[in-house]
Amino acid sequence: MKTKVLIFVMLAMAAFVFMTSCRPKNAGTSVKGDSAVKSFVAPGQYDEYYNFVSGGFSGQMSVYGLPSGRLFRVIPVFSVDPEKGWGYSEETKPMLNTSHGFVPWDDLHHVELSQTNGEINGKWAFGNANNTPRLARIDLKSFKTAEIIELPNSGGNHSSPFGTENSEYIVAGTRFSVPSDYANGDVPISTYKENFKGHISFVSVDKESGKMDIAFQLKTPGVNFDLARCGRDKSHGWFFFSCYNTEQANTLLEVNASQKDKDFIMAVNWKKAEEYLKAGKGVKQKVKYAHNVWDEQTHTGTSTIKNEVTVLDVATLKDICYMIPCPKSPHGCDVDPTGEYIVGSGKLAAVIPVFSFDKLQKAIANKAYDGEYGGIPVIKYEEALYGEVKKPGLGPLHTEFDGKGFAYTSFFVSSEVVKWNIKDLAVVDRVPTFYSVGHLCIPGGNTRKPSPKYLIAYNKITKDRYLPTGPELTQSAQLFDISGEKMQMILDFPTIGEPHYAQAAPAELIRNNGQLKIYPIGENKHPRVAKGESESKVVREGNKVHVYMTAVRSHFSPDNIEGVRMGDEVYFHVTNLEQDWDVPHGFGVKGANNAELLIMPGETTTLKWVPDRVGIFPMYCTDFCSALHQEMQGYVRVSPAGSKTPLTFHVGKQASSEEKPAQ
Amino acid sequence: MKSFPKSSVILLIVAGLCILSAVYFPIWRIELDAPQYPEGLALLIYANRMGGEVEIINGLNHYIGMKTLHAEEFIEFTVLPYIIGFFGLWSIATGLFLKSKKSVLVLLIVFAAFGVLAMYDFWRWEYEYGHNLDPTAAIIVPGMAYQPPLIGFKQLLNFGAFSIPDTGGWLMLLGGLLIGFVYLQLSGFLNRSGRTKSINTLIFLVPLWVFLL
Repeated sequence: MKTKVLIFVMLAMAAFVFMTSCRPKNAGTSVKGDSAVKSFVAPGQYDEYYNFVSGGFSGQMSVYGLPSGRLFRVIPVFSVDPEKGWGYSEETKPMLNTSHGFVPWDDLHHVELSQTNGEINGKWAFGNANNTPRLARIDLKSFKTAEIIELPNSGGNHSSPFGTENSEYIVAGTRFSVPSDYANGDVPISTYKENFKGHISFVSVDKESGKMDIAFQLKTPGVNFDLARCGRDKSHGWFFFSCYNTEQANTLLEVNASQKDKDFIMAVNWKKAEEYLKAGKGVKQKVKYAHNVWDEQTHTGTSTIKNEVTVLDVATLKDICYMIPCPKSPHGCDVDPTGEYIVGSGKLAAVIPVFSFDKLQKAIANKAYDGEYGGIPVIKYEEALYGEVKKPGLGPLHTEFDGKGFAYTSFFVSSEVVKWNIKDLAVVDRVPTFYSVGHLCIPGGNTRKPSPKYLIAYNKITKDRYLPTGPELTQSAQLFDISGEKMQMILDFPTIGEPHYAQAAPAELIRNNGQLKIYPIGENKHPRVAKGESESKVVREGNKVHVYMTAVRSHFSPDNIEGVRMGDEVYFHVTNLEQDWDVPHGFGVKGANNAELLIMPGETTTLKWVPDRVGIFPMYCTDFCSALHQEMQGYVRVSPAGSKTPLTFHVGKQASSEEKPAQ
Repeated sequence: MKSFPKSSVILLIVAGLCILSAVYFPIWRIELDAPQYPEGLALLIYANRMGGEVEIINGLNHYIGMKTLHAEEFIEFTVLPYIIGFFGLWSIATGLFLKSKKSVLVLLIVFAAFGVLAMYDFWRWEYEYGHNLDPTAAIIVPGMAYQPPLIGFKQLLNFGAFSIPDTGGWLMLLGGLLIGFVYLQLSGFLNRSGRTKSINTLIFLVPLWVFLL
């Protein structure tokens, strides 16, 4: 009897062990022993890559090092940043101006690094504003936003800022189709099909200065443009845009825009569009948009409102656009390094279709069409299709390439990265992500020459991955070593905002691009600069008091100001006289309704301050600049309106017996 | 008159050119490094000016009350190019026209004396700047002076100061050595017979060179 019980208990235990071991392995087990070594960058050592990561709803762009995942800088782009005075100083306010006025926030989704001959050139990074449609250019010598251009006829600039092989153009496709700005917009929403149009902007970029200009816009039927990629090498001259909601629904899109089996990838022959433009086929339309440019010599942004844009109607101008059917609600639309394969990732599709550029050309030549969509020929699916990746996973979103014949696709729903062979379309490896990956990045993954060492997955959900921080949790990036046959996760790091797309470039390329260390004070052309302490002064112009202030370790000049009256507007124009790397000064004054200033060596920046009461107001340097930083302070005296207190200012003058403080 | 070998003429011309080059190349450099300046700061002394990160060094020196460096306060920067030019031309002239052992000796002694004097002058300025400190300076360390080393390394608070000749200085030194070599050549020191005779001269010259080095 006893033996029987014992056997039963032992069998039960064995069954328990067996069944629990059948549970899928959890996160911890997918990390191998040498991952720490692979991502370790010793203190004082440089990373191999710069990673420029979109900040999503933070509106900014962050800069990380790879493989360490260390955060170096958050570049303020579309959102105000009180820490850096961005959008608060008088000089930076125009950078956030739009046709809607000053807009202090946006949603930056994608990053594009400028290219020459299909390779990253290290000059600029571009970012898109997904809410109030704009495009920004960041100078990679100063890591500062140098230009922002607003996009008319658009609603949500999502299909952006993807660029051509020589950054001839950065595109900006509208996510929301809307009535054109030049048409009557006061129409019932239910008239989407007739009144709502899509517009795709081709923004030209000057090779030398980087200056942007809307070269032309393509007017398309009303759909949602999602993502885009340029053709490269043999397909240079073409651009591919994924579109969804070809059902043209205007409400409950999650159902109504998910009805069709296939939506489209729109192939655009932009060389053809250029021909039409040259031939004068574009129509100049009245619109309104802001173009904001930063001047590195006056240290000031200027906003200009522009009133015209040239529009090419792709329904009447033939041979610019072709629709390639793509299952189902395509999101990512990615072109491989050879320019031959175009990968569409239907969010709701069970396969990944791969289209062939050569077949597409043949189909166009043979007019292998299957009707039209809003005046645009629809290519027969099979005529453009190279093949399908079968059962790749659930919810494919984005694909990057390693240049060795493999593609890596992210799967949101099944939370994994899948590696597959482009030629035979066979899945060769898959790894889980934690959790729900969105975009992927391989350094140079959208160029002719990717550098296939690392892959970074940007995740939407982190749940139990980090110590909990209340209801709102960090989002994350995960680094994979892809140098071997199998992908290996080596690091997991939190990110700012929500990371969408990101790009990475070899550290040497950016580090040796002529990085700016200081602004030469001799070249400072700010209208209210003080190039030395002897030029510091306080000038009253009506009720405006202009303080030409200098900052040098470790004092301001002037640091005692009297004669400011209630009702005055005080402008502190602070010039940092330092000409030494990494010696910024800050400026804060009590009661300021805006923010601090953070002034780089040789720069002049202005803080507007409206005193709200009579009294003495301290001001101080906010950036620990030197051993005597804590001494870097001063006072402003505010007297009642109409007071006779003379306007005086000085630095270094102590009160003597003859000079009693005024009562 | 004994024949003046062609090699001596060439060496004296080369020596002259070496000395002349010091009009353009920095003669001396003081390198500073501190935890905050891992990349280092350099003060370069040319014949007619100061170079390197003078403004940054001036900015830092204000904490300890050291006077700021301004080229116009040094008479040396006005006369030095002429003196160096003079020695360079003198050496060339000795090779081309004077062509005697005695003239080479005179040149050697005067040039060496100039070297010694220049180093003394340099030391004097270093002493002056290192000791003449503003009594209201923010940082006063009792008993601390900030005289940089004449040559070699010295720690001054958080800064390590390293003082050495720069391109121009090395070339001037090379010029002087070449003149000395020509003199030895002419006195036959390099041949067995003339060696004893020259030893006396050498005994006289060695202390000077050591000082210059």
